[in-house]
Amino acid sequence: MLKKIRVTVSIILCSLITLYFLDFGGILPQQMSFMADVQFIPALLALNIAIVGALVGLTLLFGRIYCSSICLMGIYQDMVAWLSKKLIRKKRYSYSKAKTILRWSILGAVIVSFVFGFTFLLGLLDPYGAYGRIVTHLFRPAYLAGNNLLAEIFSKFENYTFYKVSIYGLGIFSTVISLLTLIGIGFLAWRNGRTYCNTVCPVGTVLGFIGKFSIFKIQFIDENCNSCGLCTMKCKASCINSKNKQVDYSRCVTCFNCIETCNRNALKFAPVGPKRQKVAEPSIAYNYQKGNQTVDDSKRRFLSATLITGIAAGKLLAQESAGKLLPKKDIKRETPIAPPGALSFEHLQDKCISCHLCISKCPSHVLKPAFLEYGLSGMMQPKMYFDHGFCNYDCTVCGDVCPTGAITKLDVDAKHQTQMGKVQFIKENCIVYYDETNCGACSEHCPTQAVHMVPYKGVLTIPETDQSICVGCGGCEYVCPAIPFKAIFVEGLNVQNKVEVKKEKKEEIVIDDFGF
Amino acid sequence: MDRRNFLKAIALTGAAFTTMKEADAMSILTQGFESANAATKYDLVAVIGGEPEVMFRKAIAELGGMKNFISRGDKVCVKPNIGWDQPPEMAADTNPKLVAEIIKQCFDAGAKEVTVFDHTCDDWRKCYANSGIEAAAKAAGAKVVPAHQESYYKTVSLPKGKKLKTAKIHEAIVDSDKWINVPILKNHGGAQMTISMKNYMGIVWDRGFFHANDLQQCIADACTYEKRPVLNIVDAYRLMKTSGPRGKSPADVVLSKGQFISQNIVAVDTAAVNFFNQVREMPLERVKHITNAQALGLGTTNLDSLNIRRIRV
Repeated sequence: MLKKIRVTVSIILCSLITLYFLDFGGILPQQMSFMADVQFIPALLALNIAIVGALVGLTLLFGRIYCSSICLMGIYQDMVAWLSKKLIRKKRYSYSKAKTILRWSILGAVIVSFVFGFTFLLGLLDPYGAYGRIVTHLFRPAYLAGNNLLAEIFSKFENYTFYKVSIYGLGIFSTVISLLTLIGIGFLAWRNGRTYCNTVCPVGTVLGFIGKFSIFKIQFIDENCNSCGLCTMKCKASCINSKNKQVDYSRCVTCFNCIETCNRNALKFAPVGPKRQKVAEPSIAYNYQKGNQTVDDSKRRFLSATLITGIAAGKLLAQESAGKLLPKKDIKRETPIAPPGALSFEHLQDKCISCHLCISKCPSHVLKPAFLEYGLSGMMQPKMYFDHGFCNYDCTVCGDVCPTGAITKLDVDAKHQTQMGKVQFIKENCIVYYDETNCGACSEHCPTQAVHMVPYKGVLTIPETDQSICVGCGGCEYVCPAIPFKAIFVEGLNVQNKVEVKKEKKEEIVIDDFGF
Repeated sequence: MDRRNFLKAIALTGAAFTTMKEADAMSILTQGFESANAATKYDLVAVIGGEPEVMFRKAIAELGGMKNFISRGDKVCVKPNIGWDQPPEMAADTNPKLVAEIIKQCFDAGAKEVTVFDHTCDDWRKCYANSGIEAAAKAAGAKVVPAHQESYYKTVSLPKGKKLKTAKIHEAIVDSDKWINVPILKNHGGAQMTISMKNYMGIVWDRGFFHANDLQQCIADACTYEKRPVLNIVDAYRLMKTSGPRGKSPADVVLSKGQFISQNIVAVDTAAVNFFNQVREMPLERVKHITNAQALGLGTTNLDSLNIRRIRV
């Protein structure tokens, strides 16, 4: 019964969030991003005390329910393990010793690197972030291809319920990482069930520690048990020692498989009496602080600021030496462009675990994972690019869905005031300049008229830019038809600025004649 | 992207030369098309002072009704400007009420099917929805079809074009029996004005080629496409006087309450420019695609030579 509830809940949750990642048409309600908000690391990074509190409370009550029913990577592993059992009839698990040193070392490394502003490791190992990347880079293209096939078939019958969508590669690095994660964790799950959760996963280690103190636990009913070992064989966490009738609660993910399989009713899920409660191992008590993960914010900021300033200074120097523009110059973005609401590279790098939900949900296809543009620690974090579109002026989706607060939520007015980058015009590349024909595609797309057309030769007009009102949406850069090099592009900003949106007074104009 | 488009354009131009003969033959077949429907008293109808749908009803009645242009069983394509993710009040897109009324009249005239599309500049789903056109058109019974992928476009040759020799045009127009061009009147940073002729840039796939190869000539060239719209209906209920074609604030918009209808695309755009000129100075010479089109024999800018019906509502 308990197992059935767990399986039902996890299947529903996993399918819903996966569909939410895949839903390119915005059919599913935006509120569904809540399912990402309740993931442990995102809630922690978003400093969402209510959710972190609820998850810790849940674990203190029932053990690692989170790992069984809420964690998407956990559910993925269960599916792989289930499949392996279906295919290999004789498959059985056995009890193994806890790899305590290894898992705490990994957690330590994650925390230390995070404190030093290197969030990459946390992002790489966080089960939610890793699952998000797998969906974005591996499942999503397949889903879109399926959609396109349907669209192709339906449009043959003049039915446009489905419409075709473009499938873009999002960079080799993140795709390879996703593939390795899928295969690596899948392989471990196929062989030994929850190995990843109980040796590598930082969330698993933290919750495992908390789970030791949980009120409800899987317990042996000694008088019923004949130590047959069936529970051990079914335990995908390899945490039941049926000989000693003991369960390692730091690894038990409360999946209830043991209770389900025991034919002697020798296992129960019940509150522990005070006797059992004091089993806590004193050996690891010194790690308690790490379990809490509270971080000295100011120190972290100072360290990451130092690093970033160093990088930025180098870049600025490079920019200075770039010198004068040559005719028909290739555009080269010196500074990457962070998504609107990312506030600064520092903020983004501190908070982003690269789950790529923003990349999946961006309706304009302007986000993709960075490689080294933000530096080593910013690998896989979202950056703007304008190969396939530009940032819609009124759109706030990336911030709305971001579960960690790396991209802060903006309302439409705040979005209009957010400057992600500044326009750069290279006159030598402009069609109006070298062909002396009308163009103005850039100004056409500019929502603030930071790029506007001014009189040039004869009846020609040529772009003029006003960086102070540019939001950096990339409309101009995307559409600029100049070849081989674009004449206009957006240069990123380390720290996003606020631009003032001037209220314009509307003149009252009445027309009472045809004019011809 | 641009490099690819450039190469593609070269390839297409090459292809055009090889298929020129065939295209010539086709244009002869379709030549009689425009004149067959032109049995109306007026060359151009201009209406001011009413609501969009009211002005259209008056104007089309003066032209002998929609039956004069749409035959029973026709597959009709109505092509508004839906280029921007803006609400109707911003006058960036054609007025949805006008679009709905045109669709309704097409069905009343016996059209079998009406499709609506535009190759948008902003995200097409947002444009379709926020312009109000998708909802209005669907309510009127039209099919609103996507236009955001190259596969929806078919290559046609434009033997009379000077710079633009071939173009990929949306299948909804290529496969239609009749099409109706429904632009909105706006100023335009590049082309100076966007009216009926500039609205052709929403029926083609590769706009970048236009911009990179003398925009004003390419616009005129596109209008040489042999399947001419049976009507050009310029929506000037609201016009965008500044910051066009996208607009940035309501201060760019004037509630001008005008509408201009003609089969003659050069004349209707000339009339619309003159109308616009009352709000903001816009000499016709600046809007070079109009004079370029006249040079290609697509119509006349000499409004005095035409029989114009002016109506005040």
